[in-house]
Amino acid sequence: MSTKIITPVAQFAELLPQEYKDLVAHGPYHERRSVRDLGTFKEIVDEHPHCAGCGVALAVRLLAAALPSPADTLIVGTPGCSFFSLVQTALNYSNTAFGNQNAVAAGLKRMLEIRFPRVHKDVVVVAGDGGIADIGLDLTLHSWFRREKITTVMLDNEVYANTGGQESGMSRQGRVLNMAPRGKLFPKIPVFELAKVSGCVYGARVTVAGPYKVGRAVRNAVLLARELGPTYVQVYTPCPTNMKFPPDQTLRVAKEAEKDHYSFEEFMSAEAAEYLTRLKATSEESEKAPELAKP
Amino acid sequence: MAGLQREVDPEYLFLEAPRRQVFITGSEAVAEAVKRANVDMAVAYPITPQSESMHLVGDLYAQGYLKDYYRGENEFAVMAAVHGASLGGGRVFTATSGPGTLRAMEMFPVWAGSRQPIVCAFMCRGVSLPPSIQPENIEMAMLLDVGMLMFHAEDAQDFFDMILKAYAVAEQPDVHLPAGVFVDGFFVTHTRSAVLLPPDDLKLSAYDPRRAPVPTFDMETPPIRMVRDPLLNKSNFISYAANASWHQEIAAAAERARKHIRRYMGGLLEVEDPAAAIFLAASGTAVSQSREAIKVLKAEGIRVGLIKIMSIRPFPAREIEAVTAHAALIVVPEFNIGGWLAREIKASIDNNRRVVGGPRVFGGMTMPTELIVDQIKNALVRSGAKRPRSPRRDLSG
Ligand code: SF4
Repeated sequence: MSTKIITPVAQFAELLPQEYKDLVAHGPYHERRSVRDLGTFKEIVDEHPHCAGCGVALAVRLLAAALPSPADTLIVGTPGCSFFSLVQTALNYSNTAFGNQNAVAAGLKRMLEIRFPRVHKDVVVVAGDGGIADIGLDLTLHSWFRREKITTVMLDNEVYANTGGQESGMSRQGRVLNMAPRGKLFPKIPVFELAKVSGCVYGARVTVAGPYKVGRAVRNAVLLARELGPTYVQVYTPCPTNMKFPPDQTLRVAKEAEKDHYSFEEFMSAEAAEYLTRLKATSEESEKAPELAKP
Repeated sequence: MAGLQREVDPEYLFLEAPRRQVFITGSEAVAEAVKRANVDMAVAYPITPQSESMHLVGDLYAQGYLKDYYRGENEFAVMAAVHGASLGGGRVFTATSGPGTLRAMEMFPVWAGSRQPIVCAFMCRGVSLPPSIQPENIEMAMLLDVGMLMFHAEDAQDFFDMILKAYAVAEQPDVHLPAGVFVDGFFVTHTRSAVLLPPDDLKLSAYDPRRAPVPTFDMETPPIRMVRDPLLNKSNFISYAANASWHQEIAAAAERARKHIRRYMGGLLEVEDPAAAIFLAASGTAVSQSREAIKVLKAEGIRVGLIKIMSIRPFPAREIEAVTAHAALIVVPEFNIGGWLAREIKASIDNNRRVVGGPRVFGGMTMPTELIVDQIKNALVRSGAKRPRSPRRDLSG
């Protein structure tokens, strides 16, 4: 997308809401921004109807700030809580059926490669644990097996939040939840481990308590997906409403999880490591990370 | 060769280009249509009796006619993948059948809701236990209200023409809806018949995403927040009204397809012997069987006309009402147990006791001509009507 497309003609500019004008003038589309710059630019998502203290909302904000080229990023999601803020991002966002997100993203990415052979159009799946690990698990895994060049980001709140707090495959064992009245009987589905053996060239497990880590993981994942293959980021996004903790405790809950069952972990293929080293060297040279041209 | 194809207007390809006769299966007719449809991408999943056609589409990809093709993991994923590809602004094709249709069901209203001109071929077959891979078209009943255009092919010639024409109709800016092209599996897919084909160095002009009434999903249109408050999931009148008007617009788009169907397909239905007082009204292979029954009845001195319904959605209710205004009896043979076509016709005309649903065959049964003949004779006896002699009309309603 070029700036031309979003720049209004002078006569029309006055009629547009301030928010639009801010996005054109101070948005992240054409100047590289990161999580570190939050507060200094107009974000592509800055209002949302999530509950107070929602970990998902924070993750979406961090993710949106970390995208390497938001002007050419397409997000595919599912119905669920993540949809609340994603539908309001100033990006093309599609929320189709529940569980089909990685298949939609694969078809979309392939078509965009046909139509824009010389531009990187980044396709990023952003969905909850139910969408990725339960109902959509076969489609998630198959997109990785097929080495689709897409990024999958799981916003893991360990519960079906939007439908009222039911057990998900990513809920912790023993946790009493709706539909698990005696506590969940089996451990979290090891999606992160599955990503390692299913073809992902890069994976990171992070929590919203580490905003820079989330930013770095998303950026690495999107850049590597362009060149090498599928990538996966799993973010712990605590849900105060369903997990019944006060909304000002989200970061504390996330930090505790980091010490307990949600430690930071990252994996990458040798090729991915080499690519990131090369990228770092180039970006240090030019200070600003350049968009790598397609071979 | 793929690289040597020339883009032409749909009118030229459908109506004017010289045609050559070949002797091919219905599955081969699918591939011949896709070859000339300028399809960017196809996704396939095996299911009987659809598989062979999607193998042949794969061969077309290998030969360079398509730019991408792969086997998906299941039908839901395949319909999701062509949905994603279509959102990305290109022309797509896929096909499925029976249980595959049902597995993918959730995606069809999504296609319609996102106004995507995806063309999908359905090679209809049985769906229930005890398992059957044999022809019957009950799955069409389940798709009647998903918002998709639906065309029912009688034979391989229809199948070839309707797939190509479906793109021309579905992609009109005032329509822009998905289209399903249906055949009764095996009878059409696995048998050979004479099919007239235009030259294969011609193809439809490319899909132009700029003509779409909805923005293409490619970040090449202003993506600035359009939704201040997500309409979905909100419990207020404005969101209900927005949702409802979107659905009304999908229905209106299907209505607007009628003129394009008339232009490219010559009409939503075909009528033979419109002055007859008894009609066989059918779609798909039941039309071919009806033709045979009409010959038998004619030899016995009973005059019967034929209504071949090609467009199931939109449904030619007014046309059927007009054609049957004077009819005393309308018999509707079908390849399914439910009798969805008879229901549609009954809902379209006055004095619908004139409609006799049946014969119905399913589970792989063929429809012997005698069944249709008997149905008509029995209905005549029951109604106490005199036999309408050919060619004079004795029954006038
Ligand atoms: S229910 Fe939980 S996940 Fe959903 S918006 Fe509220 S806090 Fe966020």
